Parts: sequence; structure tokens; C-alpha cells
Amino acid sequence: MDNKSNPWRKDFPILDQKVNDEDLVYLDNAATTQKPQAVIDAISDFYSNDNANVHRGVHTLAERSTEEFEAAREKIQKFINAESSEEIIYTKGTTDSLNIVARSYGQSNIEAGDEIVISYLEHHSNLVPWQQLAIQKHATLKYIDLTDDGFVDLKDAKKQITDKTKIVSIAHVSNVMGVENPVKEIAKIAHQHGAIMVVDGAQSVPHMPVDVQDLDCDFLAFSGHKMLGPTGIGVLYGKKDLLNAMPPVDFGGEMINFVHLQDTSWTDLPWKFEAGTPNIAGAIVLGKAIDYLNEIGMDKIQSYESELVDYVLPKILAIPDVTVYGPSDPKKHTSVISFNLNGLHPHDLATGLDMEGVAVRAGHHCAQPLMTYLGLSATARASFYLYNTKEDADKLVDAIIATKEFFKDGTI
Amino acid sequence: MALSKMDNLYRQVILDHSAHPHHHGKLDDSTNEIELKNPTCGDVLQLDVKVDDNKITDIAFSGYGCTISQASASMMTDAVMDKTVDQAEDMVEAFSDMILGEKSNTDILEDSAVLKGVSQFPARIKCATLAWKALHKALNKE
Repeated sequence: MDNKSNPWRKDFPILDQKVNDEDLVYLDNAATTQKPQAVIDAISDFYSNDNANVHRGVHTLAERSTEEFEAAREKIQKFINAESSEEIIYTKGTTDSLNIVARSYGQSNIEAGDEIVISYLEHHSNLVPWQQLAIQKHATLKYIDLTDDGFVDLKDAKKQITDKTKIVSIAHVSNVMGVENPVKEIAKIAHQHGAIMVVDGAQSVPHMPVDVQDLDCDFLAFSGHKMLGPTGIGVLYGKKDLLNAMPPVDFGGEMINFVHLQDTSWTDLPWKFEAGTPNIAGAIVLGKAIDYLNEIGMDKIQSYESELVDYVLPKILAIPDVTVYGPSDPKKHTSVISFNLNGLHPHDLATGLDMEGVAVRAGHHCAQPLMTYLGLSATARASFYLYNTKEDADKLVDAIIATKEFFKDGTI
Repeated sequence: MALSKMDNLYRQVILDHSAHPHHHGKLDDSTNEIELKNPTCGDVLQLDVKVDDNKITDIAFSGYGCTISQASASMMTDAVMDKTVDQAEDMVEAFSDMILGEKSNTDILEDSAVLKGVSQFPARIKCATLAWKALHKALNKE
């Protein structure tokens, strides 16, 4: 499919520009996605027409903004098939969501000698909060091994998760290895041992249907900006009885029931976890992004991306001296493709690609323990989304070959 | 051909320094050492400096990084060898000014002046300055 026959690409004005005199090929979607015109307009619409603080005023604007704010929550609830909108907490993003679980559930439930189990491929946001909790509580942080293909290894999960384990937290889709992990199966193992299952959905929720009841996860964290929405808004899903039992982590306005001189009672879910004026526009506009995704259908987005991977992965693998991390079978690989050109540092590669208009990420992808595990300092990463095309894929492959040619005498 | 824009960044002398870095390794008798990381990319630079009587008498670097950071470290070690600490600090400042596109006394930078082209690639400035930052920190270490 070329750029013109992609039905969604025209909705993203930013893509229609030249970078270094070349047509922009945006392949850094795992870092953040671009926004359709409907989302960009929704930000302006809200501030032009409806802006007011939520849950406070009795005036008409306050009523309108509150209604939209809560309607967006219901859209999110349906989008991930949560049982109730009380289970949807607005946060700043995935990192914030995971920190809330660590600071609230973790603080209340982890004791010395307990185990927290994660994997070697976790993003720092699903690693450092648990590591710091473990240090503070004298608990043990354990890592599940990866398979040769780069998946979180179910066999090792069975070994690492024990009756001492209280929390298991795993990335649904890796931001580096291009794998979808068996989180549903890992959740079963966790529950058999009485542990809770936290899923980092930052890279899965934007790209595939995610059903929290089917996964039977206890918490799911994801970000708005990786799914066509604005930055600074994210979601923490949690099972209602767990959230009800958890103490709030931030205190102030919005989250109280009644404040006395010496004590305070908390308000109900979900607002108990939403102290202060929230990111009202962000939440409402995330709802618009979800409308856009729903109109296409998450099944269709997933199959479209997998078609792109079918097309591009063998082409990248066929370039001499290129190493691709994760599965080499396109059927097993998600649309996040990390690679290196042997003999060339990924930063030099990424600068070369940028000169050709191709935007990729180069670095450790906030996964330093994974880089150490793989024996690498960094990789380049191309990540696709619904507005990318086979034409983009061809430009990426051509740009890698051109960069390889530029440095043909080697640099390292 | 868009890649030709990189000619200014990857001059032959830069590629040569990166492929065959000078003063690469470690010193047994260093007086000032530092390990500096570029947290955004994971690059690591270990710098060993020997200062005798306020003069840099030996220097070596190790670690890993991109073409620009390795070449910059190699050229920096060439440039500051046998210089006084004050001269070296002047060079640190001149390099920083040059790379930020400000007015700079590039004459004192010797080969390193060839990295001027990096100023047109803002995303790569940190790669070029890592070695010079390391030198400044090593010389000022308590």
C-alpha cells in the first residue's frame, strides 16, 4: 500500500512535511504517536467552548466539562472492557500509573522477604518503581528470563513465581524486542500463588484489542500519547475491590469526602486517586482518540500492522550486516523492530536515516537492564502505526542501505 | 542525495580517529580519573589523566560510543597532551562555544576544530562534548 491508498494517513497533518529536504517517514511510534486532525481540533474545541473545572461548579460550563470528562472515562472503560468506570483512574501516563500501584498497593502489601517478579525486558518505568519498593521493604526483586526469540519465558515464569511472590508485573508488548508476551498465562500463574498481576500496556493498548477481563489482570497501565492522544494523560485500570482497599497516594482537593481538623475521609472510586485539578482537556481528548481508533477497529489496526511487518521484516533481515532483535518470524513480531547495522553505532545510523527523512529512535529505549542482558549498549528502533505504509517501509530499507554505503569503510 | 549533508559531520579525519582512536586504553599511573555516561544513549567514557606539575603528561580513554563521541575523545587526547591544566581548560571552553555555534577561539583546538560541523546536528552535540566534559570533570576532581 502506498501513502495515497492508506485511508487514515491524510488525517495526520504533521506527516505531510519535508525533513532534511526529504518526505518525512515517521517511524518512532513506540516513543509517541502523531495526532489526527480530529484530536488536534478537540483540544481547541474544549478550550474554545467548554472549559471549566470538573466536579465543582454548579454553572453550565462546569456541568458540561464534567459530563465530557466522565464520558471519556466510560469510553476508556469500554475500550479495555473493564467492568465499571470506577476502575478507570486518570493519571499522567504509564509511568505514573505504575508508580501509583507501587506506592499504594505495594506499600500496603509488601513485607520483608516477599518477592516482586518482573522480567529482563521491562521498560525502566516498570522496573525502577518495583526496585525502589523492594529496597525500601527488604523484599526481593526477581527477573523472569527471556526465550531465544526474546519473549518472556513462561517456563521460567513458573520457576520464578512462588508462594512468596506478591506482585508480578510484565510488559504486554515489549518496546524493544517486538514481542507480545503471554501475560494471560503469567496472570494465571501469579494468581495460583496468590500474587497480583500488573500489566504494562503502554505498547499493547494502542495497537491491538485488549480486554482486561479476558486477561484477568489486576492492574493495567497505559498512556494516551502512544494512542493518538495528548501527552500528560494516561490510565490506571485496577480491579474494584483492590482499588477500594488501597490508600490514596496523593492528597488534596477532589479526592476527599469530608475534611475535619484532624482527619479526613476519602471519596469514592475513581476520584480517590485523582487529587487536584486533573488533566481535563487531556482526558476528554483521549476520549476523542479512542473514538477515532474505534471507528477503524482495533482488530483492523492489528491486522494492518501485522501486514506491514510481514512486508518489512524480511526486507530488513535481508540487508547484509543487519541484526534484528526479537523473533525473525514476522508472524511472531510486533510492529516494533529493533536492529543494528554491524560495525556502526546506532546513533550514526539514526543520523543517516534522519538525513533521508526517516525518524527512528536510537539508544537504550529506557531498558538498560535489557541492553546489558543482550550484551549491547544501544539499538536503532523503527516502530510502525496505522498511518505507516509499505512506501514508508521501502524508504526505511533504502535509507538503511544508503547509510550502510555511506559508512562502507567502517567506523568502529 | 540527502546523505551528502552528513559529509560535514563525518569528515574523513573524524572517521579515521573513530576507526583508529589515539590514546585508547587505560593508564597505570593516572592522577585524575573519571567515568562519564551519556544517560540518554547509554554511551560510557572512561578517562585517565596524568597531571605532573600542573601539566597533562599522559592521557588515555576507553569505553564505548558512537563515531562522533569516539573521534572527539581521540582528538581531544591529542590536543591536550603536554598542555598545562589552564590551557586545557581554555580548550574545553573553546570547544563548548564552537559546538554550540557561538564565537570561539578554534585555533587552539588543533584537529578537534574539525568537529565544528556537529553544531548543525543538535541531536549529536552531546556525543561530541562528552570527552571534553569528562576532561573538565577529571581536572577539577577533588
